[in-house]
Amino acid sequence: MPAPIRLRELIRTIRTARTQAEEREMIQKECAAIRSSFREEDNTYRCRNVAKLLYMHMLGYPAHFGQLECLKLIASQKFTDKRIGYLGAMLLLDERQDLVPQLVRILKNLIMSGYSPEHDVSGISDPFLQVRILRLLRILGKGDDDSSEAMNDILAQVATNTETSKNVGNAILYETVLTIMDIKSESGLRVLAINILGRFLLNNDKNIRYVALTSLLKTVQTDHNAVQRHRSTIVDCLKDLDVSIKRRAMELSFALVNGNNIRGMMKELLYFLDSCDPDFKADCASGIFLAAEKYAPSKRWHIDTIMRVLTTAGSYVRDDSVPNLIQLITNSVEMHAYTVQRLYKALLDDISQQPLVQVASWCIGEYGDLLVSGQCEEEEPIQVSEDEVLDVLEGLLVSNLSAPVTRGYSLTAIMKLSTRFSSVNRIKKVVSIYGSSIDVELQQRAVEYNALFKKYDHMRPALLERMPIMEKTATNGPAEIVQTNGETDSTILDTKHLPSIIQPASQVGLSIQSSAHFRHLNNLTMYSASKCIPPMTAYNKNGIKIEFTFERANPNPNIAVITIHATNSTEADMTEFVFQAAVPKTFQLQLLSPSSNVVPALNQGSVTQVIRVLNPQKQQLRMRVKLTYTHKGSPVQDLAEVNNFPPQSWQ
Amino acid sequence: MMRFLLLFSRQGKLRLQKWFMAFSDRDKKKIIRDVTQMVLVRPPKSCNFLQWRDLKIVYRRYASLYFCCGLEQGDNELLTLELLHRYVELLDQYFGNVCELDIIFNFEKAYFILDEFIIGGEVQETSKASVAKSMEEADSLQETMEEYLNKPTY
Repeated sequence: MPAPIRLRELIRTIRTARTQAEEREMIQKECAAIRSSFREEDNTYRCRNVAKLLYMHMLGYPAHFGQLECLKLIASQKFTDKRIGYLGAMLLLDERQDLVPQLVRILKNLIMSGYSPEHDVSGISDPFLQVRILRLLRILGKGDDDSSEAMNDILAQVATNTETSKNVGNAILYETVLTIMDIKSESGLRVLAINILGRFLLNNDKNIRYVALTSLLKTVQTDHNAVQRHRSTIVDCLKDLDVSIKRRAMELSFALVNGNNIRGMMKELLYFLDSCDPDFKADCASGIFLAAEKYAPSKRWHIDTIMRVLTTAGSYVRDDSVPNLIQLITNSVEMHAYTVQRLYKALLDDISQQPLVQVASWCIGEYGDLLVSGQCEEEEPIQVSEDEVLDVLEGLLVSNLSAPVTRGYSLTAIMKLSTRFSSVNRIKKVVSIYGSSIDVELQQRAVEYNALFKKYDHMRPALLERMPIMEKTATNGPAEIVQTNGETDSTILDTKHLPSIIQPASQVGLSIQSSAHFRHLNNLTMYSASKCIPPMTAYNKNGIKIEFTFERANPNPNIAVITIHATNSTEADMTEFVFQAAVPKTFQLQLLSPSSNVVPALNQGSVTQVIRVLNPQKQQLRMRVKLTYTHKGSPVQDLAEVNNFPPQSWQ
Repeated sequence: MMRFLLLFSRQGKLRLQKWFMAFSDRDKKKIIRDVTQMVLVRPPKSCNFLQWRDLKIVYRRYASLYFCCGLEQGDNELLTLELLHRYVELLDQYFGNVCELDIIFNFEKAYFILDEFIIGGEVQETSKASVAKSMEEADSLQETMEEYLNKPTY
C-alpha cells in the first residue's frame, strides 16, 4: 500500500473541490484509506493519518473511529506522535469509548516513568497531566460504580506513592482526594483520603491547610465520624494567624459540634470569640447560640454560655437573639434568681452592649424582687437595695450609650418594679418626667404608665404580674403579637398584650401590613373605574376630522383624559395647525402640546394632542373648539361646539 | 471561564474549535451553527458582545476570520477582547504576518499555541516570550526526532 498522502496535500486537495458533493467524495475516499491503514497497525504513518482525521473532523465529518488510535499515539515514544495524540484525544474523545482502563494505564506509566526533564516539576513527572487525568477520572467515575471500582487501585497507589515534600506532590494528592470523595469509592479509600487531609492540616504551608479545611467542610456531612478524629487539629487551627484559615476552621468546628463534645468545643469557641476579629464575631455568636440550643447539657450551662457571649461580643449578636434569650430565661423557672443576679452584676460593669443591656433590664423588671430579696441557690447572693436597682435602671435611661430601644426596655422595667418594690413614689416621679420626653416612643409609654397610676391603679398589679411561660413559636409568635399590638395602643387592659411591648419592632410590622392593605384597595378602585369609553368624532368639516379617545386618569377618577386625533382627507397638507378648546366654568381644562402642527394630506398621518378635563361636579361635559390652520396658502379658522360626549366620559 | 472558542471564515467555514467544557457532539454542532449564524449577520460597526442563552458571546473580526468565544456570566468581556487580541498576536509572532491560510494549513500548530496560552477556559500564561519559547522547544524536539528517525513529518 502506497504511503498515505501528507496532511498539507490533503488540505490542498480538499480546497480545490468546487461543490459540497465533490468534497464529500474526496473525504470518503481518504477516510477509507485511513481506516485500512489503522487496521494494518501501521506505526509509521499513524500520526499523519490521525492529523488528517482531525482536519476532516473540523470540517464536520464523523471521525470517531480514530479515538483508539489517539490513545495509541499518546503511548508512543515519539514526541510528535504524543503531541498529535493528545490533540486528537482532546478533540475526538467522547463517552462512546470506555476510557477508564486506558487512562489508568497512562497514569500508571506516568508515575512509573521515572525522570523526564522536560515534563517534570521537582522530581514528579508531569504533574499538570496527572492532575488532568485525575480530574477526568473523577468526572467519569461520578455516579458510576464500575468505573469507580476500576480506578480504586490506581487512586490508592497515587495517594501512597506521591512525594509530599514539595507543593507539587501535595497538589496531586489534593486532586486525588477530591476524586476519591466524588466517585463511589470503597470506605477504606475514603478513610485514606480523610487521613491525607488530616496530614495536610499539620503542614506548615498555610495554603495546604486552607485547602484541607475546605475539603473537610465538604466531606463532614457524609463522613462525619472520620472527620471527628481530626477535631483537635481543627480546633487548633482556630488559633491560626491567617484570616481565611480561621474562618474555615470556625465553620468546620460548628459542623463538628455534637452532644458528646459540646462542653469542650464550646470552651474553645468562646475563647475564639473573645480573641477574633470583629467580622467573625457576629457569625461566631450566632453559631454558638445555635449549637448551645441544640446540645446544651444543662440549663445553667446554657444560660452561662449565653451570658458569656453577651458580655464578650454583646454588640455583635443578631437582633433576634434578644427575644430568644428572654424566652429561654422565662422558661427556666428555677434559674430566675441566678440569672437576674448575674445580669445585674454584668450591668454594673458595662452598659455599652445593647443586647446585654436589653436582656438585663427586662430581667430586672421581671425578677427584681428576687434580686433584692437575696435568695440565690446557684451562687453567693449579693446584697442590693431597691434604690440601687432603680439607680441602675435610671442610669440606663439617661446614658448616651443607650439606644432608644434600650431606653424603652428600661422604662418598662422600672414600671414593672412598681408592683414588686415598695418605693412606688420614686417610680411615679420617673415615669411622669418622661411624659414630656422628645422621644415619641418613650413619651407614649410614660403617658400610658401615668394613666395607669392615676386612673387604673386598681388594675396595675394584675397588669404587671409575672410573665407566663411562653410557647416556643419560631414564626407564629411575631405574627400573633402584631395583631394584638393595634389594640394595645388604645386599651392596655389585658396582660397578654404585654409581650408586644418587648418587641417594639413589631409595631413597624403592623404599619407596613396596613399600608399594603390600602394599596390593595387602591388597585380595586382603579379596576372598577377604568371601563372602556367609546371614542367619538368631535368635528368633521372641510376635509378635516377630529376624533376624541378617552381614558381615566389613575389617581383621580374625576379627570377625563382625552386624546384628539386630527386627520386631513384633502389633497393638500394643513400647516400651522392649532387646536384650542374652552369648557364651562365648572370644569378645568389642561391642554398638553401637540405632536406636530402639520396635518398631512390624504389621511397619511394625524396630529395628536392630549386634553385633561377636571370634572369634580360630574356635570355633563361640553366643549367649544377653535381650529386655525393654513390650507393651500390661505389661512382658515373655524369654531364649533362639541356636545356629543358619551355619558361614561363625565359620569 | 470561557466555555468555547471558535474561529470561522466569513463564509461560515470552521477553522478552529476549542471546547473548555464537555458537550455532546450534537450540542457542539448546534452551538457552532447558531453562534456562526448569529455573528455573521452582525453589521460591521456594531458592539462586539452578544447575549445568547445563558452565555455572553464575545467576537472580533480579524481580516477574513472571526474569533468568537462564549463566556459565563461572571466573566469580563473587555478582558476577553484583549485575550483574543493576544491570541492573534501569538499566532502572528509564530507564523510571521499570519493570514487565514496559515491557520488552515497549520491548524494543529494553532491548537498548540492556544493550549500554551489558555487552559480550562482561563489564561494560564501571560508572557508572550514564554509561549514563543515553549513552541520553539516543542518544535525543535519534533525536528530532531524526525531527522534522527529519518522519517518524514506528516
